[in-house]
Amino acid sequence: MNQPATAPCLQHPQEELLRSDRIPHIWCSGCGIGTVFSCVLAAVRKTGLPLDDVAMVSGIGCTGRMAGYIKVDSYHTTHGRAIPFATGLKLARPQGAVLVASGDGDLIAIGGNHFIHAARRNIDMTVICVNNLNYGMTGGQQAPSTPFGAKTTTSPTGSPEEPFDFCQLATACGAVYVSRWTSIHIRRLTESLTKAILKPGFSFVEVLAACPTAFGRRNRMREALDMVKFFHERSVIKNNIDPREFPLDFKGPLVVGEFIDRERPTFTDSYALVHSSQLGEWPDLERQKPAAG
Amino acid sequence: MASKAVLTGTHFMNGDEACAEGALAAGCRFFGGYPITPATEVAERMSRRLPQLGGIYIQMEDEIASMASLLGASWGGQKAMTSTSGPGFSLMMENLGLGIITETPCVVCNVQRGGPSTGLPTLVGQADMMQARWGSHGHYEIIALCPSSPQEMFDFTIRAFNLSEQFRTPVLIMADEVVGHMNERVVIPAEDTIELVERKRPTCAPEAFLPFRPEADGVAPMACFGDGYRVHITGLTHAENGYPAMEAGAHERMLNALVNKIKMNRDTIISYDTEYLDDAEIVLVAYGISVRSARRAIRAGREQGLKLGLVKLNTVWPFPEEFIRDLAGRVRALVMPEINLGQMVLELERCAGGRCPVRLVGHAGGAIIRPAAILNVINDLVKEAV
Ligand SMILES: Cc1ncc(C[n+]2csc(CCOP(=O)(O)OP(=O)(O)O)c2C)c(N)n1
Ligand code: SF4
Ligand SMILES: [Mg+2]
Repeated sequence: MNQPATAPCLQHPQEELLRSDRIPHIWCSGCGIGTVFSCVLAAVRKTGLPLDDVAMVSGIGCTGRMAGYIKVDSYHTTHGRAIPFATGLKLARPQGAVLVASGDGDLIAIGGNHFIHAARRNIDMTVICVNNLNYGMTGGQQAPSTPFGAKTTTSPTGSPEEPFDFCQLATACGAVYVSRWTSIHIRRLTESLTKAILKPGFSFVEVLAACPTAFGRRNRMREALDMVKFFHERSVIKNNIDPREFPLDFKGPLVVGEFIDRERPTFTDSYALVHSSQLGEWPDLERQKPAAG
Repeated sequence: MASKAVLTGTHFMNGDEACAEGALAAGCRFFGGYPITPATEVAERMSRRLPQLGGIYIQMEDEIASMASLLGASWGGQKAMTSTSGPGFSLMMENLGLGIITETPCVVCNVQRGGPSTGLPTLVGQADMMQARWGSHGHYEIIALCPSSPQEMFDFTIRAFNLSEQFRTPVLIMADEVVGHMNERVVIPAEDTIELVERKRPTCAPEAFLPFRPEADGVAPMACFGDGYRVHITGLTHAENGYPAMEAGAHERMLNALVNKIKMNRDTIISYDTEYLDDAEIVLVAYGISVRSARRAIRAGREQGLKLGLVKLNTVWPFPEEFIRDLAGRVRALVMPEINLGQMVLELERCAGGRCPVRLVGHAGGAIIRPAAILNVINDLVKEAV
């Protein structure tokens, strides 16, 4: 399916992981998704995992189109349902690494219920959310991430709602790895994604990114660079903090960093334990991994 | 409970349990469940039995998720199923469509109760038959089976898996509360006598593989996660290489392929049995629990000297169109008992094409069709003819 090999100097650095026969992609110029996508490809490479054993699942939205450009087994499913699809995929083939790429609306509006339950179960997957503060693909409507007062096509005078703080939500629901970056934090984001993919359990990486076409132009950030500058000026890195104590705040400081990195048995560990007859009787039982064999 | 996949022997079990055993015998190793009366016993049995066989039972957060999880599990290389009833079936429609367009084998058992909405949770219905046909948006073909006994819950579940693997499509088992909850003898055959079908997998080099190019049987081989083909699968209209293709011509090609793989294999898929048809003048066409009402009415009618026959539909979708058209030209009338106010009878009427009268013996739901109600309709038909 590949096009004839191009001269090495013209090849994309992630050629092996890119469906180059699908380029040009659909993303607008200045869109933050492309940057995040490059970081995802770099992170997948850095994990050293055999590429046949990596899958990406996405829902619907501009972010969801990532699944169409990465050259691994990739599944572009229905709006909001990437996580339950990925749950089946992972449990049916536990040796594979499963990535979910999702927009803020896809993941937390229509897919919110699946998100909280997959985190609670600690299904071993890495969920990457491009948070561009609105529904990009449908032209810029209000999302559960839209900040109070921000303008969208369905909140033309400013959103009357308070948004979710996704990292707080993921932490409260039991995710074992939680980080937030912006699309300017390329090196840190790539490192964070690499860690998240290799971490057993439910990992969540949120990336704040520009959507100049749909969000920026209604909120005095018409040019792609406006949002980038904004991130540059306001973001502050704080690692190992409880995201509940540093809520996402666009007036600044905009706190990003690797917030949570903790241990908890995955669904697969717990499933093996409860069927191993080594489990005690509730409520007086200890959580431990079943003895091998 | 024994930890064998196939519990060969004679059992006394209900239809829901027989469905679960049929699934295990067919090789199902993933169940994404959500409790709902009257289908819960399928999930309960799977939650006990699957871990013994190295399989996964997971209770999802809703039926949207359970349906999505089946598709994921199927692409992960497992045979996967779920069970539900009306309210959950409605929630599954979204990802049923994804299963159809991505050609994903899996099995959904709907143990029907009275609807719409929460309706009659504990009482029988057969009113999701058109939802089974058209419930997800867009145009498509579907395969649906209707068991009329616990034994058939076992047998038809195996067949449902075989059809789904053979034709790479979700297959529906449209059971009902009475069949699901009645206890009867179920004979589980020896494992080596059960014929199983496995999905075709590609053998060509990955560069040469087109994940949606049908072979001569209308079906493309399926490359699952980890097979090394690194395919892209999307719910968007796609070309044979799996990539999105946003234009009318591509849509026509894809949709025709989806429809044709069922249509060209109708004779393999469609299954019905006939009883007393040789001399029958009035023929009852029935499915699911209403087959039992029909049989009883036929016996009583024959005692009165009425020449009654039965067509028992084992598959309801695709509908046996040619057979019904031909039959309608040979008999005086067709009668369909069903626990709704007229669904499959519309299809029966369409296929009969005016060659003979077609009558419904309907019921709003909550009880099975009384044989006497069937006989009343038959007696009216006989009077009209005089
Ligand atoms: C069930 C359903 N409802 C609505 C839509 C329309 N829709 C497509 S993408 C989208 C929102 C995408 O927003 P987000 O998830 O934030 O992704 P982005 O495009 O911003 O990356 C919506 C509402 C749909 N495809 N399916
Ligand atoms: S609409 Fe927004 S999110 Fe979508 S591609 Fe354009 S800039 Fe990116
Ligand atoms: Mg968005």
